[in-house]
Amino acid sequence: MLEIKDLNVFYGAIHAIKGISLSVGDGELVSLIGANGAGKTTTLHAISGLIPVASGSISLAGEDLRKVAPNKIISMGLAHVPEGRHVFARMTVEENLRMGAYVIRDQKLIAKNLDMVYAHFPRLKERRRQMAGTLSGGEQQMLATGRALMTDPKILLMDEPSMGLSPLLVKEIFSIIENLHKTGITILLVEQNAKMALAVADRAYVLETGQISMSGKAKDLAEDDRVRKAYLGA
Amino acid sequence: MSTFIQTVIVGLRLGSVYALIALGYTMVYGIIRLINFAHGDFIMVGGYTIIFTVPLVLALGLPAWAAVLAAVAVCALVGMGTEIIAYRPVRKKGTNMSALITAIAMSLFLENLAQAIPAIGPNPKVADQIFTAGGFKIGSVTFEYTTVITIVISAVIMIVLYMFTQKTRLGRAMRCVSEDKSAATLMGINVNHTIILTFAIGSALAAVAALMYMAQYPRIYTTLGSDLGIKAFVSAVLGGIGIIPGAVLGGFVVGLFESFTTSYISSSLADAVVFLILIVVLLLKPAGIMGKNVGEKV
Repeated sequence: MLEIKDLNVFYGAIHAIKGISLSVGDGELVSLIGANGAGKTTTLHAISGLIPVASGSISLAGEDLRKVAPNKIISMGLAHVPEGRHVFARMTVEENLRMGAYVIRDQKLIAKNLDMVYAHFPRLKERRRQMAGTLSGGEQQMLATGRALMTDPKILLMDEPSMGLSPLLVKEIFSIIENLHKTGITILLVEQNAKMALAVADRAYVLETGQISMSGKAKDLAEDDRVRKAYLGA
Repeated sequence: MSTFIQTVIVGLRLGSVYALIALGYTMVYGIIRLINFAHGDFIMVGGYTIIFTVPLVLALGLPAWAAVLAAVAVCALVGMGTEIIAYRPVRKKGTNMSALITAIAMSLFLENLAQAIPAIGPNPKVADQIFTAGGFKIGSVTFEYTTVITIVISAVIMIVLYMFTQKTRLGRAMRCVSEDKSAATLMGINVNHTIILTFAIGSALAAVAALMYMAQYPRIYTTLGSDLGIKAFVSAVLGGIGIIPGAVLGGFVVGLFESFTTSYISSSLADAVVFLILIVVLLLKPAGIMGKNVGEKV
């Protein structure tokens, strides 16, 4: 589905991503874990075209994403739930969801996808007329996720969905991610919460200062001594 | 009593012109956080376009006000051109301060360019009668046609613009871009196109404002934009810059205060009162009358 080869990204003089390669297969849930500043978010931004890429290739179902304008990427079936939710605070919940389907012209399809999102997140339906800025952090995360699902994407990039949430809400968000995965959607998940990220994923990559230091089955990584010491606090 | 009503009507007429111009400031500020100092000069561009096209329009057997269509087209092009040629490159490479200075430079450039064009030159020009002269009386209050048309057309334009931003696909895209450009990109919105569209609409409104202004005060000169623009800018800030209904409210507040000061105190104090109101409002409510921060929870 998604294939990244030898990706390099610079922020000015800083070499933020140093030649990483990773892949996400059809229907897989792959986690990208690592410390703050390791380059996780940068990797997702590079995939979505939000930042310029120095070299390397990013392909989605065989198509070169680097040749696609950033605002056209969503039409290729890739949706991105950004770090920090980035919901449109001055719009209602339902307006936010409809913006998620901005590239769809078929009103019937939009209505169908809206029903699908409301089925996943009944709480959003209850609050559909509320301004997104007044939602709680957990609800905003649901909204950002629901908004990304409005195009019924093939692959979902999720950036730190558990950030700033209470332990109870973190559990809820991860169970939502597991459910989405079960419906067959492909997910690339970026998380600092390595424990949860490894628990739900099929495979995982560990990112350290812009390079992939380890990769493999999530189950194996969760039992690896180095991972346990560095990321799981064991 | 009739003086009072007359004063209100004049205030509404002034206010609707200020509001139309303030909308241009506020829309551009809302979308790229830039105070477009050249916006006032778009009014001047619209004014001269009307002056030069009125004879043409009359020769075609159309009413004089139809010249506004040419002004709308020219202003929209000048607005879009300013964004593409001057603002966008600076925004990409520079800071907010360099963008602001570019806006001031654009303003001076347009004013001096106008003076350098032989057909315009440094001397003011006087426009033909735009709307039908005269008016009608209700009781002892006179309603000039020009005044009524100005208020009605401005009101219609403002309602249409509001509906556009609230209900249409492009209008919603504009609101998204003004809130969060990277999230808007992720939704599939072309941010640059949306910004250009905003400039086109804001500048087109300036062209309509030019027509309304000239219908009342037909004297046009190259620095007209900075005089008129500053009051409209005050209106936008007063209402809460970046907020569309705020610009409309601010425009009417400024227009009414100006009109009442002129009628009841002194016309030479009108501008002073307008700025005094601005200072008082900003002390009490720094974000403007309608400005507020929607709390964003994390």
